Amino acid sequence: MPKISYAQAGTDALIEEMQQDATTFHLATSASDELVKEFGSDRVRATPIAEGAFTGIAIGAAGSGYRPIINWGMITFSFVAMDQIVNQAAKIHYMFGGQAKFPITFRASVGGGRRVAAQHSQSPYSMFMNLAGLKMILPSTPYDMKGLLKSAIRDDNPVISFESNRLMGVEGEVPEEDYTVPLGVADIKREGSDVTLVALAWLVHEGLAAAEILEKAGVSVEVIDPRSLVPMDEAAIRASVQKTGRLVIADEAGPTAGASAEIITVVTEDRETFAKLKTPPKRVCALHVPIPYSPGLEDHVFPDRDNIVAGIREVLDAG
Amino acid sequence: MTLTTEKQPRFHRDSKQLEMLRSMQTIRRFEERASDDYQAGAIYGVVHCYIGEEAVAVGVCAALNRDDQIISTHRGHGHCLAKGADLNRMMAELYGRQTGYCKGKGGSMHIADFSIGMLGANGIVAGGIPIVTGAGLAAQLEGKGRVAVSFFGDGASNAGPFHESINIAATWKLPMLYVCENNLYSAGTIAADTLALSDVAARAAGYGIPGVVVDGNDVMAVYEAAEAAVSRARAGQGPTLIECKTYRWRGHTERPGQEDPRPKEEIEEWRQRDPINRFATNLIDQGLLTEDAWQKMDAEILAAIEDAVKFSEESPFPEPEAAVEDIFAD
Repeated sequence: MPKISYAQAGTDALIEEMQQDATTFHLATSASDELVKEFGSDRVRATPIAEGAFTGIAIGAAGSGYRPIINWGMITFSFVAMDQIVNQAAKIHYMFGGQAKFPITFRASVGGGRRVAAQHSQSPYSMFMNLAGLKMILPSTPYDMKGLLKSAIRDDNPVISFESNRLMGVEGEVPEEDYTVPLGVADIKREGSDVTLVALAWLVHEGLAAAEILEKAGVSVEVIDPRSLVPMDEAAIRASVQKTGRLVIADEAGPTAGASAEIITVVTEDRETFAKLKTPPKRVCALHVPIPYSPGLEDHVFPDRDNIVAGIREVLDAG
Repeated sequence: MTLTTEKQPRFHRDSKQLEMLRSMQTIRRFEERASDDYQAGAIYGVVHCYIGEEAVAVGVCAALNRDDQIISTHRGHGHCLAKGADLNRMMAELYGRQTGYCKGKGGSMHIADFSIGMLGANGIVAGGIPIVTGAGLAAQLEGKGRVAVSFFGDGASNAGPFHESINIAATWKLPMLYVCENNLYSAGTIAADTLALSDVAARAAGYGIPGVVVDGNDVMAVYEAAEAAVSRARAGQGPTLIECKTYRWRGHTERPGQEDPRPKEEIEEWRQRDPINRFATNLIDQGLLTEDAWQKMDAEILAAIEDAVKFSEESPFPEPEAAVEDIFAD
């Protein structure tokens, strides 16, 4: 199987889906030569830097029989388009009684670590999870990126693809033949028996590294990647916690009302799973601050493999 | 009224004008009834009436085909009806019933009928402008000569989405009409206090597209301006901004006791320019309509609205459990 990067896997998914479906088109504030050459300037358009307008344009085109793919660039730019995302895209199918479909894919990079400070570093999944009407994917490998993005493009609803900027250059095996990864199906990235680590995006990789470190100390860590946040594979998370009796969550976002809080609730609200918990769950998240610039400050804000190891040890020590 | 520019056989134009009159009167009677039923508690939340502005929706929609698309605002009943929406399903939606256009999930501010190209009333000022611009992009990609129309008010013309969308439509030459209904008030605020220019249409120059000011109470003037803009759009020459100067007779909403900054004399003055009475009188003067026929038409409209109310009253409310349906398309 050929190895390609996470970023290339996204591009390959986009190109293959645009080849297969003539109703797809692409809007972003720049148009790559590669895409324009392949699909023409009608279907690949550079927009003005006006996220609100081109987000709304996607909604109207989707309601008119097209399947737009939008790239906001960084997720922080999507905040300029909040009315169109929150009041329009999320609500429009429901508000009109389900009479039209709005198949739209919104791509955006998320995360920190690039020394670009607060307005270009964020992982605001839970802001969007709080809305009803949007699906969202969060791939952590090139394989998942390609498969999930294809599913997102083929979905008949608005789907946000959160793409980790720390993973863009990470390579992995991706089949040459067409495949998809369905939304709402978690992946057990590593099997284990002592503790369940639910890790998101970049922290899947840090979590796997932490599991390696702990294995040497005789601790068996199961690493689960939800892969999509809406819908969330609640059954897979509960099944793992029922097996291990312990839960740690690693997320590059802050903890407050975050995806991490939702995942804990998935576990603790379920009587059967709650009964199997040996210790309270633990979150290993970013600090609850805007992301700072200076390297020492930024690195202090984000969790890494060492923080995950410490979090897991804390849970194990508790019982 | 100008009848010298007609491009259609005389009888087509005559019957079209009668249909336009019927459409305007249908909007008025529908809203009079909606307001009464709102006051009586049969319609919930909030209702915004379009009464006094009927010539805009009808004049523009008369220049459109069924598969052309429009988007509307919080004051959306007129646009829905002018585009051909069903009275029963509209009234049932206001009544919150299962048989309504949105199965009771939208209400007065969110009526849509995608089958007739009505992409919905929208409760956020300027929120619909980018969306219908996307319909314009779809029409351009499709290449079958369809057009899309954005209806919005003077208030929306001060908001970012108006400027961003027109800039894109002008740059891409999208087949669009941007129709500003300038009723002189942005909800409770005097529009002139929030707008440095006297004409919204003058802003078109900033985007390199035509901007036209029309008497929004003259339905044939609106129709002719729309027809010219539609021809231009279908020919691939891009969008037009049409500003229709008009006035709403009623308050911002039908909620009792709200503040209304408008002088009584001003309201009375605009009532004297009633777009419906003016058009009916004109058709009578031309010999296209008699007083009797006009009264008969009105009686038919009132009967149809009575039927719509009956249909709504007899329709079931949605099952409460339906609240969790339609979040996602299957």
